Amino acid sequence: MDQTSTLEKVLRRVAISLVILFFMFPIFWIVLMSFQTNETILRVPPSIVFEPTLSNYVALITGRLETQAGTLEVNFMSNLWNSLFLSAGSVAVGLILGIPAAYAFGRIKFRGSEDIAFTLLSFRFAPPLLVLLPLTIYFQKIGLADTYFGLIWVYQLIVLPLILWIVRGYFEDIPADIEYAYRIAGHSWFSTFRKVALPLAMPGIAAAGLLAFIFAWNNFIFALVLASADKQPVTVGALAFVTASGIQYGQVAAGIVLSILPTLALALYAQRYLVEGLSLGAVKG
Amino acid sequence: MSIQLSDVRKSFTNDLVLDGVSLDIPTGETLVLFGPSGAGKTVLLRLIAGVIDPDGGRIIVNGADMEGVVPEDRGIGMAFQNFALFPHMDAHANIASPLTARRETRSGIKARVKEVATLLKIDHVLAHRPMELSNGQKQRTALGRALAAEPSILLLDDPLRNVDAKLRFEMRLELPRLLKEQNATVIFVTQDYKEAMALGDRIAVMGDSGIVQIGTPEEIYLRPSSTRIARLFGDPTINLLDVVPEIGAHGPIIQLSGREIAISGSYAGAVGQACSLGIRPEAIHFVEPGAPGAFPVEIEAETPLNEKTVTLAATRNNREILVSRPSGAPGPDRGSAHVAFDMGNALLFDLATGARMIGTDAPANEMSK
Repeated sequence: MDQTSTLEKVLRRVAISLVILFFMFPIFWIVLMSFQTNETILRVPPSIVFEPTLSNYVALITGRLETQAGTLEVNFMSNLWNSLFLSAGSVAVGLILGIPAAYAFGRIKFRGSEDIAFTLLSFRFAPPLLVLLPLTIYFQKIGLADTYFGLIWVYQLIVLPLILWIVRGYFEDIPADIEYAYRIAGHSWFSTFRKVALPLAMPGIAAAGLLAFIFAWNNFIFALVLASADKQPVTVGALAFVTASGIQYGQVAAGIVLSILPTLALALYAQRYLVEGLSLGAVKG
Repeated sequence: MSIQLSDVRKSFTNDLVLDGVSLDIPTGETLVLFGPSGAGKTVLLRLIAGVIDPDGGRIIVNGADMEGVVPEDRGIGMAFQNFALFPHMDAHANIASPLTARRETRSGIKARVKEVATLLKIDHVLAHRPMELSNGQKQRTALGRALAAEPSILLLDDPLRNVDAKLRFEMRLELPRLLKEQNATVIFVTQDYKEAMALGDRIAVMGDSGIVQIGTPEEIYLRPSSTRIARLFGDPTINLLDVVPEIGAHGPIIQLSGREIAISGSYAGAVGQACSLGIRPEAIHFVEPGAPGAFPVEIEAETPLNEKTVTLAATRNNREILVSRPSGAPGPDRGSAHVAFDMGNALLFDLATGARMIGTDAPANEMSK
């Protein structure tokens, strides 16, 4: 028995290692690439032995890209800032609009509530490009094209349904009696929402916010169509590395590493809210 | 404060829960709502608390119509069956929640919470969150939260349901004193008839979307208005024997095991009707064969409980009856025996409808012996 269980343990570890290796390898490879020049990257056969260089990061941060064809201006750092601003702004607006809406959909059964909630979800059914073409014309007419405001508005198509549907479920999971108890104790409905419903739905809000941030961060097509160079996020900005003299793999890799960092930081920060149990011990049990 | 309900109706989708409930609870009374689950007891409490609205009828608290009055303005304390504690707040904050709503001073709140917690013996766990509390402590915290603001109306929704037997017994003893100290008008919901009898000044029995009988515990126990209510109260349950009253030499009689047994002359109107004779096990006694009203039975089984002994016996017509006697009281445990009914405590019900037949000479609230 002992031997088989040891064997089992070893096999399990090997299996887990393989899975991790499979998923982490591309990221690991990208991190390696970001410390190499294009020549070492394109070496045949590839090797993980190389002399690390920070030139890719320096190029991105200073905004000057040296290629064989000459010096190119890249505004990667401003792209990164745009991504951060657009994603954070969209999630903030999405939370401000989505949480009260989710509470209303979850708690108050009003005429047509299900239909409205479903309509909001259906925004995500259509291929983005199909929505974007008419939107572009509207936006140009009313002067919203190529503005942060306009972009954050369009980003609501991505973040709002997500936040609404995730948070709504969490609100529905809070036993209504807990809120009734707070009302009966003498608190207004708004204070009940703020002091009882919101804290209890916090894990859901954190999860929805994080997910919405990732979706907004990774969005490509909306910004490509609706924004010009100075408003573009990293996803669109990375196209600049496809230059006349070839693809700058090193800089692309360094750009990816830099653009992973904010999401990673946010995920680590949100983790403590994610793990907190919902209504553990609230009712009998 | 007094509570009046008049013709209160409530249904959920197509399910009629309350069909015209009227109630009048004077200030300071403890009214027990008793009935099987699904009878609408909790719904009634919620209507009074204002967290759901009635479809019709009026709810009047201390003379003021509660229509359109939000729950936070009703000045009611409520304890929920499932406790409904705030999981993200410690016991102290839970109990303090009605006080913070009234913007009392920090030190005032602290003192009051301490006082309530000491009364309920949970002052040592005030810093714990609900998930760290035992069921009994949760129940006391929920009760403390309801009591903290000294509301003049207390709604207690089966607060002893989810606690263990020992604590339930203790609380059943403590609660009446606690409630009297509060001097509040109390509505207490329970499914346990002993709890109902122990705590209620009056008991309102609910069933079939409304109140089917309301009265003092004694009235409900001794004069239940139907066989259904009679069966809900009492352990072991009441004996129900199908009989047809006849005219005897000195008035109406019934036949039991071939013996004629006289019933109250006031039941003369029931002669010839199919009836159910209801008699509590403790109103049947083992007697000597020659005693008045004695008839023979065969003993089938005996169950000694701690405080009483319950005997299952069969009559000559093979009808089973339960006989209960205090432990230690002499009685046969097997073979043949004779029993006699204490006919003063016997009730007649209409066999078809189950409704109790009220004798012609009986006042409306007759015979509270």
